[in-house]
Amino acid sequence: MALSPDPYLHATAARMLPLAVLAVSVAVVTGHAGLHTLGQVLPYAAGAYTTARLALAGTDLAPLHLLAAAGAGALTAGALGAVLVRYRATVFLMLSLAVAELTAITAAQWRAVSGGTDGLAGIPAPRLLPGLPPLLADRTVLLYTAAVAIAATAAAMALLGGDQRTLLAAVRANEARASASGHQVTAYLWTAHTGAGALAGIGGALLIHTHRWITPADVGFTTAALALLAVVIGGATSLPGAAAATIAVLAVRDVAGAWLPGHAPLLLGVLFVTAVYLLPGGLTALPARLDSLPLPRHRRHRLALHTPDGPAQPVTRSTP
Amino acid sequence: MRVDAYLIPAVDGVAYGLLLAIAAAGLTVAFGAGGVLNLAHGTLIAAGGYVAAATSSGTWPSLAAAVALAAGVGAAGGVVLAAATAALQGRGHLDQALLTFGVALIGADLLTTAYGSDTLRPRLPEVLEATIRVAGHRYPVDRLAVLGVAVAVVAVGYVVLHRTRAGRLIRSTVDDRAMVAGIGVNPRLVDVVVLVAAGALAGLAGALTTPILGVGPHTADTALLLSLIIVVCGGLGSVPGALAAALAVGVVQTVGVTSFPAVAPYLLIGAMAVVLLAHRTSLPAGASA
Repeated sequence: MALSPDPYLHATAARMLPLAVLAVSVAVVTGHAGLHTLGQVLPYAAGAYTTARLALAGTDLAPLHLLAAAGAGALTAGALGAVLVRYRATVFLMLSLAVAELTAITAAQWRAVSGGTDGLAGIPAPRLLPGLPPLLADRTVLLYTAAVAIAATAAAMALLGGDQRTLLAAVRANEARASASGHQVTAYLWTAHTGAGALAGIGGALLIHTHRWITPADVGFTTAALALLAVVIGGATSLPGAAAATIAVLAVRDVAGAWLPGHAPLLLGVLFVTAVYLLPGGLTALPARLDSLPLPRHRRHRLALHTPDGPAQPVTRSTP
Repeated sequence: MRVDAYLIPAVDGVAYGLLLAIAAAGLTVAFGAGGVLNLAHGTLIAAGGYVAAATSSGTWPSLAAAVALAAGVGAAGGVVLAAATAALQGRGHLDQALLTFGVALIGADLLTTAYGSDTLRPRLPEVLEATIRVAGHRYPVDRLAVLGVAVAVVAVGYVVLHRTRAGRLIRSTVDDRAMVAGIGVNPRLVDVVVLVAAGALAGLAGALTTPILGVGPHTADTALLLSLIIVVCGGLGSVPGALAAALAVGVVQTVGVTSFPAVAPYLLIGAMAVVLLAHRTSLPAGASA
C-alpha cells in the first residue's frame, strides 16, 4: 500500500482509547470501591450496542450517542450493582466473571440487537453537530476520541475527589468501622459502581465511533481481563495510570505484535510477567519507589551542597 | 424422549465430569491451601494434551509414555509456577492473576508455535479405537477406558488426600495455615508440593481428555473456565465439592446441551452465578441496607 503510516497510526491510537476508558471505569470499581471486577464489560456492551443501534437507525449525533451510552451503562451497572455490591472479595470477582461470560453469550445469542456472532458492521460515522461532516478522517477521529476520553477521565477524577475519595478509602480500609460510624457503605459502593457504569458506557460509544463495527468478542472475557490487568499495571487507584497502562498493553499487542506476526500473546505475556515483578504497586508507585532508592554517591554529594538552610558549608572529611 | 436416550449422554457426562474433577482438584487445593489464583491452569491442561497427542503413536508403550510425559510436563509447569509465585507473597490475588495470566499467554503461544493451530488427537492402540455395545447402544471403547482411568485416579487421589500424612497436611493447610506452621511444617513447602501435584494432575487430565475432545488453541481457555466454575461451585479448597461440581458440570454439558439447546450456553455460567449468589455475605449489620 502506498499509504502514509500516519493514518494507520492515528487509527490504531484511536482504537486504543475505548478500552482505556473501560479501564478507567474498572479502576473506579476495583481501586476506589475495592471490588475487583471483570463485570464492567456489561455496561461497556450496553453503551456500545445502544450507540450502534442509534447510528444504524439514522441518529448520528455523537453527543447524543455519548449521552445515551452513558445512560445505558449507568442503568445496567445500577441494576447489576444492586445485586453485586453486597458481595466481597473472591465471590464478587467470580460473580463478575459470570457477568462477563453472560455478556458475551448474550451478545452472541441476541441477534435482533447484536447481530449474533456476525456482529454489526457498516455502522455510519458520527457527526459532532448537525450540519457538520461525519467524523471519517483518522486524525479527526483520534482528536475527538482523545478529547472525550480525557474529559471522561477528568470528570471521574473530579467526582472522586475530596470527601467521596476519603469515604471510599475508609470503606476499603475498614468496612465494619465505616458502617458502625453510620456510613451507608452499600449505597456508596452502589453509587461508585453505577457511576463507573456510565463511564464504561461512554467507552462503549467510543468503541463504535472508532471501529464502526462490533462483535461479541469485543465485549467478552478477554476485554474484561485486559482492562482489569491494565488497572493492576497502572496502579489500582490511579485513573490516568489505568488509561496509560491500557495504552501500553495495547501498544505491545497491536503495534509491537505487528513486528512479530502471530506472537502478540507472547509479547503481552512477557509484559505482564515483567510488570508484576518490576512494578509492584503499578506505574503510579514508580516515582515513590525511585525516590526510595539509594542515590549514587556523586548525587548525594551534590544534594548536600544545596541544603535548604542556606549556602552549603564545605564538606570536611572526617578522620577515621 | 425415551429414558435410555439419556443413557449415553449421561455416561459421557460422568466420564467428562471425572476428567474435569481431576483437572479442577489441583486448582481448588492450590487456591484453598496457598491462596494461589492460577490462571495458567488451563495452559497446563493443554500442554498435557499436546504432549500426549504428539507422543502416542498407536502402541501401548507409547500411550503409557504419553500419559507419563503429560503428567511430567504438568508437574514441571507446577514447579515454574511455584517459583514464580514465591516472590509474590503478601501481594494479593490481582498480582497473582497478572503473573499467571502472563504465564498462560506465553505458554499458549509456545504451544501453538510448537504444535500448530490445528486440533490434534492422539493415535490410540487398535483395541481402544473400537466400539462395544452398552445397554443396546454402541459406545467407544476409548471413552470407557478413560472413564476407568479417571475413576482410578479419583480413587487414588481420595486415598492420598484422606489416608496419608501428606494429604492430611494439605487439608490442614487449607483449613489453618498458622496451625500447620505451629506444628513445625513450612506451609510454603506444602504450597510448592500442592502446585506441583496440581500441575501433574492438570497434565494428566489433558492427556486423558485429548482422545475424546482433541486439543487445540481454545483448549486452555475452555479448561480454565470450566475449572473455575467447578472450583466456585464446589467450594474453594474442597476436593469432594470439586468432584460433585465436576460431575454436575459434565452432565450439564452433555445432557443439558441435548435436552435444552436453546438455553444451553447459559446453563453453566447461570448455575455458577446462582451458587455464588447463595453465598452468605459477611457484611456488617446494617451495611447492606
